[in-house]
This record gives sequence, structure tokens and C-alpha cells, in this order.
Amino acid sequence: MKMSSSRVKRLATLAVLVSVGMVLSYVEAILPIPVAVPGVKLGLANISTLFALYALGSPAALLVSLLRVSLSALLFGNTVGFLYSLSGALMSLAFMMIFKRLPIFSPVGVSIVGGVMHNAGQIIAAALIMRTAAIAAYLPPLIISGTLAGILVGFASGLLLARVGKYIK
Amino acid sequence: MQTKANFAKDRLLRDLLLAVALILVALSVFFILRATRDEGETVVVTVNGETVAEYPLSQSGEYSINGGTNILKIEGGEAYILDADCPDLLCVRSGKISLEGDRVVCLPNRVMIEIRGADQ
Repeated sequence: MKMSSSRVKRLATLAVLVSVGMVLSYVEAILPIPVAVPGVKLGLANISTLFALYALGSPAALLVSLLRVSLSALLFGNTVGFLYSLSGALMSLAFMMIFKRLPIFSPVGVSIVGGVMHNAGQIIAAALIMRTAAIAAYLPPLIISGTLAGILVGFASGLLLARVGKYIK
Repeated sequence: MQTKANFAKDRLLRDLLLAVALILVALSVFFILRATRDEGETVVVTVNGETVAEYPLSQSGEYSINGGTNILKIEGGEAYILDADCPDLLCVRSGKISLEGDRVVCLPNRVMIEIRGADQ
């Protein structure tokens, strides 16, 4: 009985995190960003992935991230956008999982790694889809924007983990 | 023995180092990409996505584009928009371009000038 109630709680928590991620994706899609480089964004939805990673572990984070990206694409996106989001999300999460295990960075550092790797993943996808390496010219601004977005998302997730994290486990 | 607070402080310090290192990497990539790009050969003018004129970069001159909405000037191997009738004048403020792939865009007038190399 106890086992089943904890599983229900876990299911509900994951569902909330996926929903929060989708809302953040949506909010971000309608938020204008005054930068002329494609791919520059805040990555607010990564707050839900990072929270899942620290509060519930790697498999939960993967599930939250994949569900959020797929459902957002189904509701608000298109196929090409989905490919970019997916490669960014997977690349970002893979590196965050690795760096979370290593005793090097706080969640902020891990989030910076995630932000930069998200943009790197999108550039790789764009280079493959458009069959050109000229996209590399976008790398410098995207590394910088990924770093700044990562710092913001890292601090936001840190606050959330400190306030809400204890009720999740 | 290391205290927990010290440990957290070390991590934040390394977070900061990571951020600084990434910004340095971004700047180096930017300058390497810039340094390895070739000097262009021609200035291509497009209006509404259609190529309307091409001028050699080596030849100085002043040209009226799109019925006079923008004035293109070529001088000393560099091209720039000297004047425009748009309110924001972003194209004028974009400055001089000379490397392959460089471009200046004037969105209100749908005018773009782009530098191309010899092989394109």
C-alpha cells in the first residue's frame, strides 16, 4: 500500500514538472527577445528539467524533458522545430547528468553546462539539416547567451530546490 | 577538514570560472572565425530578395539603390551605406563591411548589401 502511494506521488510530481515545463516553453515563445541571432533564448523550461534532475534523479529528468519537448511540439510547434528542440534538450541533459555526478560544480555550473550544450546541440542539428558548416558563425553569441541563460536558470532552480525540493522526495 | 560551507563556496567559484572560461572561448572562436575569413571581391545588392546590382569592391564609387532609398558607397575596398531614408538608420550605423559573407540589411526598405568572394 505504501509502495503504491509513493508511486502515485511520483507520477503526480512528474506530471506537474512536465506541465510547468510546457507553460514555461509557451511563456518563452511569446516573450520577445531583442537579439538578432536565431537560437538565443532564456531556456526557462530547463528549470523543470534541472529540478527533476536534482530532486528525482536522471531517469525522471529524461522523462520530463522528452515529454515536455514532444508535447510542446505537438501543441505549439512544427517538425523542424521539434528536431532542434530534441537535439538541444538531449545534448543538454546528457551533459548535465554527467556533470551533476562529478563533484565539480553547483547546480548553477551544471545549468551553465546545460545551457551551452543545448545551443551546441541545436547548432549541430542545424548544420546537419541545412548541410552547411557556416552555422558555426553563430557559435560565439550562442555560447555567451547559453552561459547567461544557464546562470539564470541555475539560480532559479536552486531557489526552487531549496524551497520546494524537500516536499518532493 | 573542509567544512560544508567551504565546499559550497569552492563549487560556486568553479561555476564562475566555468562562465568566464566559456565567454573567453566564445570570444576566441569569434576572432578566429573572423581572422580566417577572406577579403571579398564584389558587393551584391538585393532588394526584396532579388539581386539588382553587383559592384566590384576594388572600384570606388557611390551608387543610388532602390530608387534612392539607400546610398551605397564603396571606398578603399570597403562598402557601407552612406545614407538612407528610413527612420532608424540601422543600415548606416552598421558601418563598413569588406569580408566574405558580411552583410548590411535595411529592413524598412527591404534592401541588403552582401560581400561575396571570387568563387561565388
